Amino acid sequence: MRKIAEIVAWSIVVALAAYALWEGLTALNWDVIIKWLPRLTKGALLTLELVGIAVVAGLILAIPMGIARSSRHWYVRAVPYSYIFFFRGTPLLVQLFLIYYGLAQFDAVRNGPLWPYLRDPYWCAILTMTLHTAAYIAEILRGAIQAVPPGEVEAARALGMSRAQTMFYIILPRAARIGLPAYSNEVILMLKASALASTVTLLELTGMARTIIARTYLPVEIFFAAGMFYLLIAFLLVRAFKLLERWLRVDACQGR
Amino acid sequence: MNFDLYGFGPALAAGTLMTIKLALSALCLGLVLGLLGALAKTSPYKPLQWLGGTYSTIVRGIPELLWVLLIYFGTVQLMRNLADLLGIESLELTAFAAGTIALGICFGAYATEVFRGAILAIPKGHREAGQALGMSRPRIFWRLILPQMWRIALPGLGNLFMILMKDTALVSVIGLEEIMRRSQIAVTSSKEPFTFFLVAAFIYLGLTVLAMIGMHFLEKRSSRGFVRSTS
Repeated sequence: MRKIAEIVAWSIVVALAAYALWEGLTALNWDVIIKWLPRLTKGALLTLELVGIAVVAGLILAIPMGIARSSRHWYVRAVPYSYIFFFRGTPLLVQLFLIYYGLAQFDAVRNGPLWPYLRDPYWCAILTMTLHTAAYIAEILRGAIQAVPPGEVEAARALGMSRAQTMFYIILPRAARIGLPAYSNEVILMLKASALASTVTLLELTGMARTIIARTYLPVEIFFAAGMFYLLIAFLLVRAFKLLERWLRVDACQGR
Repeated sequence: MNFDLYGFGPALAAGTLMTIKLALSALCLGLVLGLLGALAKTSPYKPLQWLGGTYSTIVRGIPELLWVLLIYFGTVQLMRNLADLLGIESLELTAFAAGTIALGICFGAYATEVFRGAILAIPKGHREAGQALGMSRPRIFWRLILPQMWRIALPGLGNLFMILMKDTALVSVIGLEEIMRRSQIAVTSSKEPFTFFLVAAFIYLGLTVLAMIGMHFLEKRSSRGFVRSTS
């Protein structure tokens, strides 16, 4: 008897929730969403471009830093440590403003050869996101390098491999597999962080949504559509990394 | 560089205070949402599990900045309807309220996972012992699970709080006068963007260090009587 009452109560709750969801979705102005979908897609492509470049460049920058960070000597560790401390301890927005608005304060930068790039919000956003994510990836890499079983390193050394050989043939390939799940998390975090590029006038997904809202005055519809885009991209990225993990057989390598 | 900050020091200090207030109020909301989410996810009822899972998945997949903008600009119509319903002249969310809600929702989504892990980490025997003593389900949660799960959840919550503190900078986009907004105002009159944004960066670094020290003490206090197992 109690079971039946429970089922009835739950069906009422579920029906109410479904009704509210339906009412909410039909209250949206779908024509506007469909009309601006191509522009939002363009913004999403720029978002993907920013994230793609940043996470790849960040990874390249992070590899030497992660190796230095896991060094046995404190003076080798100190430089990447302070870099990581600064970039993980301050908001990305501050870093972005420091580079985009801040660098223009110095005449040396304004008259320098790199000014055409540092004046462009696109390159500033890419530079900031790369430096930012490199700090996080370096920390992931350090954890992964230290998680490589010491027996394997000792085995490599016992086989007569040099320190550098051990690093490149044994430790790094092993650490790459150990760190991959954390790296995929970082990519998703960067996807969300890329929304900040809209604050330096870049028209990526969030920036595009804000310009469209400035013309249509329909914030709920457009932000809803932009949010769905982010969810879709995040979902696809998670799926892609799952496939990559299966292909590299990450699970089999996690065991001690 | 000018070390007296052109007299903007007090303004930045007021901004720092605002940042701390925002972070703490978002933390309170986030902790409540996180607990509710974790309870829903670990409950035996399928619809509740589904609700908790949907909440944490959707919120974690959308940028924090978008939440801030959506809640600030998207609720104008909603608030107007609510004002009509209540018969009040006008009703709107302040930047502080919108920031608190947006950051609280985001914190809650991540905290859901942290709390869920902590609940699952508590040995099943404790719950069964409570049942054997004739305690009701809410009572088991309140007297047995909750006091024990803090210790497990604390490191995760500490990380989330540091992320939350950095995310408060996003609320400057909707005009709340916290550190970033105050620095931007200082930049427009002093024309020294690097100086002021660097000062802002160091204020955030200081806050992060303070939070780290606080977390250290909390963790030490909550793990009294527990021997740290050698990994």
